[in-house]
Parts: sequence; C-alpha cells; structure tokens
Amino acid sequence: MKATRRQAIKTTGAMATLVSIGLVTQSQAQAAVDRASFEVKTMADALKALGGTPATSDQISVVSPDIAENGAVVPVGATSKLADTTEIYLLVEKNPTPLSAGFILPAGTLAEVQTRLKMGQSTNVIAVVKAGGKLYSATKETKVTLGGCGG
Amino acid sequence: MADPMRIRAALAGDTTTVRVLMSHPMTTGKDAHFITDLEATHNGKTVLKGMFSAAVSQNPFLSFQFKGAAKGDKVSVKWVDNKGQTRTDEAAIA
Repeated sequence: MKATRRQAIKTTGAMATLVSIGLVTQSQAQAAVDRASFEVKTMADALKALGGTPATSDQISVVSPDIAENGAVVPVGATSKLADTTEIYLLVEKNPTPLSAGFILPAGTLAEVQTRLKMGQSTNVIAVVKAGGKLYSATKETKVTLGGCGG
Repeated sequence: MADPMRIRAALAGDTTTVRVLMSHPMTTGKDAHFITDLEATHNGKTVLKGMFSAAVSQNPFLSFQFKGAAKGDKVSVKWVDNKGQTRTDEAAIA
C-alpha cells in the first residue's frame, strides 16, 4: 500500500517535471521575448523587457476604439508600414501587466494583426513594432465606460 | 478537451486573411487559465506565432494576413495554455 502510494507520488512528480520541462522548452522555442515579460507590472519594465525605449513612428497605426463600452472585450490591433516588420506587441498601459500580446511575423506575413483585449479602465494602448531590428511605437487612447450605459 | 476553434481563411488577390476564434476562458488572478502561445502554419510553414497574456479577452479572436497560399490549401492553428492543454484545428482556404 505504502509502496504503491509512494510510487504514485513519484510518477506524478516525474510527469509534472516532464510537462514543465516540455512547456518551458516549447515557450522558449516560440517566444522572441521571455515569458516573464508578460508578467511585469509597469510600462517601463515591459518596454525594457522588449529591448528598450522605442522611437515613435507615424508608420504604425494602433487600432483601438475611442470609447469602449465593455472593457472585457475591446478590439485592438496594429498595422505597420515599416519595412521588414518582424514583431508586433500590444500593450495596455494601465492594466496590471501591460504587455498583453505579441506576434512574430515570418516573411510573407503582413504587418497587420487584430485581436481583442481586456481593459480595466481608460488607458493608452501602445503598439510596439520591431522593424529592421529596431523598436518603434505608436499610442492611442481608449476610454472605457463602465456600466454598459454607453456614457 | 477544449472546444474546436473556428477558423476562416479567405484568399483575395495574393493575400490570405485568416480569422480565428478560440474557445477558452482566459481567466486571470489566482485561478489564472489562459492561452500562452499559438502558432499558425500553412503547408507546414509557420505564418504567425503569437504570445498571449491573461489580458486577452475570453474566447480569443485573432486576425492576420499572409501571402503565398492558394485556394484549398490548409491553414492550421495550434494553441497551448498555462495548464499544458493544447488544441490544433485546421481549415481550407476559400
């Protein structure tokens, strides 16, 4: 009985280790930035994690509504006209963890992505783009009206 | 097992637009459960890699475009979440 239980614990532990190793390897293989970048609490730290302060560029458009009635589902996207755009990151300044999504674009994929993000309050939405190995950004403000009255 | 994704891929000119709707709770906080990584492939070639935080809305939507595909080609999307669950679905380009 004891041996079985011990065996079970041992096996479960080993499995968990295997899974975690597998996961770590997988996310490291996929991610250009560390997974930890998605956990940092401030904009400054998030930009640091992406590789520094980006230059503002008018070649990037941030797609985010002026007013979002439902902060749980806000359509957010970004388009870059910069040559050799290889990565796009979407950051929500006032969220607990600003870095919300990142995309790696192989050659042949257009620099245009769209998704939906959560926003706790009115905030700046920042798109950070890596083009030609350098970082660029653009910002748009979105007002979040709570209560669903449409303010 | 999570529900299937809804994937729409449509060719216009030389550009394929892919729209994906994933079925996932995307919860934050103590019981955080969210998709962390996703990858879209066309004929075995990666056309997009994505990384999500829990700030992506429930049942995540994603849209992107790529060149070099033909009608009838398959686009496959795979996601992995923070609990190690995964799901892969594919759709033919219309």
